[in-house]
Amino acid sequence: MNTPNSTNTYPHAPGFVAGERPRIVTSRFEHADSYTLQRYLATDGYAGLRAALGRPANEVHDEVKSATVLGRGGAGFPAGTKWGLTPQGVFPRYLVVNGDESEPGTYKDRLLMERDPHQLIEGCLIACYAAGLSQCFLYIRGEMALAQERVATALNEAYAAGYVGKNILGSKFSLDIVLHWGAGAYVVGEETALIESLEGNRGMPRLKPPYFPAAIGLYGQPTIVNNVETLANLPWLMRNGAEAYTAIGTKTSPGTRMVAVSGHVKRPGVYEIINGVTTFRDLIFNEEYCGGIRNGNKLKAFVPGGGSAPWFTEDQLDVPFEGPQAGAAGSMLGSGAVMVMDETTDIPAAALTLTRFYAHESCGKCTPCREGGTWLERILSRIVDGKGTDADLAQLVEVGTSICPGDFPHASSKRLGLDAVPFPYKMNTICFVGPSAYAPINSALVLFPEEFAARVTKRTMIPVTAVGAAS
Amino acid sequence: MTTTEPTPEVVVDPNAINLTINGRPVAARKGELIIAAADRSGDYIPRFCYHPRMSSVGMCRQCLVEVEGPRGPMMVVSCMTPVAEGQVVRTETDQVKRAQEGIIELLLANHPLDCPVCDKGGECPLQDQAFSHGPGESRFIEEKRHYEKPIAISDLVLLDRERCILCDRCTRFADEVAGDALIHFTSRGNNTQVQTFPDEPFSSYFSGNTVQICPVGALTAQPYRFKARPWDLEKTESTCTTCSVGCRITLESSRDELLRYQGVDSDPVNHGWLCDKGRFNFESVKSDARLSNPLVRDGASLVETSWSSALSTAASIITSALRSGGATRVAVLGGARGTNEDAHAWAKLADALAIDSVDAQLGDGLPAAVLAYPQATIDDASRASTIILLSPDLKEELPILYLRLRDASEKKRSRILEFASKGSGLTRYAWKSVPHMPGNQAKVVASTLSESVVSAQLAKGSVVVVVGRSNLAESDEYTMAALDAVMAAHPSATVLPVLRRGNVRGALSAGLGRRDAVDILTDAANGEIDCLVLVGSDPIADFPDTDLARRALAAVPNIIAVDTFATASSTKATVLLPAAAFGEKDGSTTNLEGRVTRLARKVTVNGTSRPDWMVALELADILGHDLGVASVAEVHADLVSSNPVFGPATRAALSAHPDGVVLAPLATATSTPVAPPVAEKPGFGHRLVVGRKLYDNGRNVSESPSLAPLAPGSYLHMHSLDLERLGAADGASVKVSGDRTSIVMNVVADDSVQRGTVWAAWAQSGANIGELIDATKWVNDVRVETL
Amino acid sequence: MARLSEENVRLANEIIGRYPRARSAMIPLLHLAQEQDGHVTNEAMTHIGELVGATSAEVYGTASFYEMFKFEPVGKYLINICGTMSCALMGAEELMHHAEHRLGVKLGGTTDDGMFTLERAECQAACTEAPCLQVNYRYRFRVADADFDSLVDDLKAGRLNDEIPAHGTVARVRQHIPVDRGVGAVPPEDVTEAPTWMDGKAAL
Repeated sequence: MNTPNSTNTYPHAPGFVAGERPRIVTSRFEHADSYTLQRYLATDGYAGLRAALGRPANEVHDEVKSATVLGRGGAGFPAGTKWGLTPQGVFPRYLVVNGDESEPGTYKDRLLMERDPHQLIEGCLIACYAAGLSQCFLYIRGEMALAQERVATALNEAYAAGYVGKNILGSKFSLDIVLHWGAGAYVVGEETALIESLEGNRGMPRLKPPYFPAAIGLYGQPTIVNNVETLANLPWLMRNGAEAYTAIGTKTSPGTRMVAVSGHVKRPGVYEIINGVTTFRDLIFNEEYCGGIRNGNKLKAFVPGGGSAPWFTEDQLDVPFEGPQAGAAGSMLGSGAVMVMDETTDIPAAALTLTRFYAHESCGKCTPCREGGTWLERILSRIVDGKGTDADLAQLVEVGTSICPGDFPHASSKRLGLDAVPFPYKMNTICFVGPSAYAPINSALVLFPEEFAARVTKRTMIPVTAVGAAS
Repeated sequence: MTTTEPTPEVVVDPNAINLTINGRPVAARKGELIIAAADRSGDYIPRFCYHPRMSSVGMCRQCLVEVEGPRGPMMVVSCMTPVAEGQVVRTETDQVKRAQEGIIELLLANHPLDCPVCDKGGECPLQDQAFSHGPGESRFIEEKRHYEKPIAISDLVLLDRERCILCDRCTRFADEVAGDALIHFTSRGNNTQVQTFPDEPFSSYFSGNTVQICPVGALTAQPYRFKARPWDLEKTESTCTTCSVGCRITLESSRDELLRYQGVDSDPVNHGWLCDKGRFNFESVKSDARLSNPLVRDGASLVETSWSSALSTAASIITSALRSGGATRVAVLGGARGTNEDAHAWAKLADALAIDSVDAQLGDGLPAAVLAYPQATIDDASRASTIILLSPDLKEELPILYLRLRDASEKKRSRILEFASKGSGLTRYAWKSVPHMPGNQAKVVASTLSESVVSAQLAKGSVVVVVGRSNLAESDEYTMAALDAVMAAHPSATVLPVLRRGNVRGALSAGLGRRDAVDILTDAANGEIDCLVLVGSDPIADFPDTDLARRALAAVPNIIAVDTFATASSTKATVLLPAAAFGEKDGSTTNLEGRVTRLARKVTVNGTSRPDWMVALELADILGHDLGVASVAEVHADLVSSNPVFGPATRAALSAHPDGVVLAPLATATSTPVAPPVAEKPGFGHRLVVGRKLYDNGRNVSESPSLAPLAPGSYLHMHSLDLERLGAADGASVKVSGDRTSIVMNVVADDSVQRGTVWAAWAQSGANIGELIDATKWVNDVRVETL
Repeated sequence: MARLSEENVRLANEIIGRYPRARSAMIPLLHLAQEQDGHVTNEAMTHIGELVGATSAEVYGTASFYEMFKFEPVGKYLINICGTMSCALMGAEELMHHAEHRLGVKLGGTTDDGMFTLERAECQAACTEAPCLQVNYRYRFRVADADFDSLVDDLKAGRLNDEIPAHGTVARVRQHIPVDRGVGAVPPEDVTEAPTWMDGKAAL
């Protein structure tokens, strides 16, 4: 077995950069044939399932709970706890796998599905066994043709070999995993929209409280929605135990997580990092990871957790990958996506690429997002085109406030003498798409006001004089 | 011996919730939404998407309010958040005001400012709330969304997508309430719009409701477009009498012209909804074809005359008939389309003249005995654990009752067990739909109810039987026998009779059902009737056996007709008196449950028309009988005091209860149905089933220009396999023969028709299926041949 | 072609059979229709409605929500160039301009020969490999102008026929659940009890 060094890359896994770190979910990536059942079985494949089936379901659930496997989709909610939210005695319960990866900057679930589909399937089996989920729907983003093919092939192999379907491994555990695929809509990554989509409807989020999918989900039944990476952790966890899992990372953020770093760095890539301890400085500047900013340029800003996240600057480089700390600093870790902007970046234009994304991806259900997102996009593109006025800057904030009332979270800035406003925001919308259209604008406006000031013209009021005014 | 005083138990209602709204305590029920509780406490929260009769979607976000939470005040949407014990709600804080203004501004961003030319202007929730809860100015300077200006999404409804604020009310109504998901959101985000599928219009019987609940002027109704401004409309509450459901409505007029009906939310009846036929047939009231002056026959033609001359001619006709052969020589048909007061006045006249040949039905209903069973209300039916249908297609005949029962099934309160010769609108919602051949219903009912799975279902809770005339080509005795079969199997069942004409129950309860119309018309055809009085009835058009009706009217020397229109029957009259129409007279009506509600007059009568009750009184007067009443109020008072069935429906009670007062079942009239099985007539091959479609040749459709084109026309419906066996193509002309005659019809494949039967709609333009019905037969078999 | 072919109806019914409710098969069936005709026809939507128990308006309502479904013919190759942040930072706009110039169409347009439709796309989950694009949902990474030109040449010459099927086909491998191995979908109302393995004992 070859030991990857810090800069190992593989043509068959574009973007992935191995390192000399423990690898929980990417351990097979160096093998060109890692997606085959043959390779999978040769590298501990389905051993985690066998270990799980050798124990009562509730024990398996407890093991996952004690490992504190944080959700890797964005919200970071512990999977074991989530499984426990299903109401007692209500059946059937379903597992829906969220493979609709589409948050700007995020690139990890696709790799996991393309490179190691059996690991995901094994994770699904363990989750369903542990939480008493009687059918699994594996929802893959529509545009990911290769991931769909790899998972379909793996499922066909797994059914034939007795790992999925009736009486798995000859046990009393039976489960169907149904491959489902989407058709292009970012918002479907939101778990209630994902369920709507899986029911054959428009992917519009359902208002969550008081009904979380764990209580009322697919077909009105208790439903667990888990991210691909989250489930991919389970085979390793079952083989090695919670103790080994929590030995990696920190107590509140154990294990590893996959992070994609893109933009203006020397070596953009997907890294499996140690959770909780790795800092953004490590990730962006350390030779083990991205090796610094391209062309020796200076760092201007970075998005720490996918396009929805408020931005950080050099002032936050020492924040580690630990949810509460990132939150206190004014942003979130989200889906493990860091987008780096160097000194050459046109900040309003960069913000526009994200605002346009969220405006375009609004489902149209609730007013603030449907109307507000597009409005923000139009004002901002006017500013970027050099046709904005100072009134437009105020209007951006006004519209933003109609989407998210109160102070919007942002990072601190030594340069500007600003304190951080911690995460999360309040919102007038059903889901986070609307606020996400405003998040980049707010970050850009707060952290780089001078770039906007330089871009807009001052609008002076022409005093109105009445015709024939009384003297 | 000592007795211990029982400790008084404090009864704690587990469903009671106490919260405060804007600092004042409010009592609410568990599960109630904050917005509903606030409505009751008088704290109005602005809203667009919320509608109390539909599920909440939380889309518009206008109803955001502040609720005290563990981490300070939280903004929540009050249409999605249920009340909770001790909850502290604030609807008027600066935060809330800021949010509401923000939402209004966003909604107006793409809304055109065409209020001055918009039908909704003046009664528009967006306009009103923009004033009451808006920011006062718009800072949106971008180009607004543009779409093709109003597109017709059906024959009746137009959609202006630029005005639409995407609240999901119309689309939710179509899917959730009407079950006709023919309009839907399409595209996404800022391009979201409401659309129909290409070439599949929103042809729902309930489409007009979407116009009424639209919170902007996006949906407009063809019959009302550009007719009036809301502030010019005068409104009066009344009850629709198009069918016997009795939906509460407002009659809205301007300059003495009816312009619009709107649904009123009557909890026991229509929940605010109306069918399009009821909503838009106000057009027929102002039809140019209405009779405006009395007519008297002069040879082959009817000539206008004065009321006094017409009435004295009518009186002399009655007098001479009575003189020639006594009271048996006079008959009265009709009364089911009028008011309770009309019916009572005519019943009093019949009493005074000792006339026994009186029927408010035209051989197309059921024996009045059906009103003597333990009765159920619409609410009872919609809460029953089992609803047994022995009825016609309710979607076609009593549309709002269909909505209520569909809702009961969709919300899983009730299971529907249907016995029908042809699939109906409710078949797809039925737990079980059991087909039967005409003539065989009672037997099928008895055997089905004896199945263990069915009897287990009936044992689960209350059972309501919905019973009406499902086949005009089959004796009504079969239906009564089927009803008795249900009652025998499940004696605790209650009955909701669904006789369909507007006030048929009132007329029968008032005493206008003394002898079956079949017998009366048979007598007439045999020359045993000298004077036939038609009170708003048209036997040639409405009596199932057209040939008998025609022969009967031809054989009667003198007909007196009181009608709003010149009809096939009324034009055969010696005296034709113009009658006041719905909306032109006061009074009360009785719906199919026996619910009496008030009717209101909104416009002056057409020409010199008079209400039916007045005609009866005046005739009585000329004939020398003082009926002791002189006004509609006196007729009503006399009805209540002299007819024990109407006892509870006093004027005071009706004023106090706009939703009406429910009458007890009739005490009289029992029937012992005879229902023999009838073997198929050799060589005839198909048993005939005749039902109704919502839109037909009836005057309130044919004289309403917006509705008339919606009648489908006359077709013979046949199962596709039978059609194949016949060797006829779908749509081909075929010859359909009964005992007496043959007609040519176009045949259509329809797999909701049972094999071995054919189905045709009553009263459609084209071939008249009534030519093939012999009302004296148990069932009618026909032979279908290719041409 | 309009309604689903006999073979596709067979496939459709197999797919429908995997779900507790038929309507869940809506999106997979729309893909099947697009695979058949290159875009989704009205007749196919009506047919799908019949198969899953929905009105045509409901099918269109669902279909039109999703980016991938096209209701008019598009080119044999749909080229989606990502324009979201990571790609924009790495020159996506310039790539789009080049592509417009090379193909002679604006974004959203189709070449006269019906070969190419060019679109701006949102994030394709390949952010580290920016700028990226997809041709009929097959990736091309770190695309320079010259790479784009040779891609177009290769597509035109048919050199990528094995890798890239015509527009409509996404995955070329279908899931197949063998009859003897599948558990089978059950409507939720017919399930009331806990799964058999939830008995407090190990399954193996």
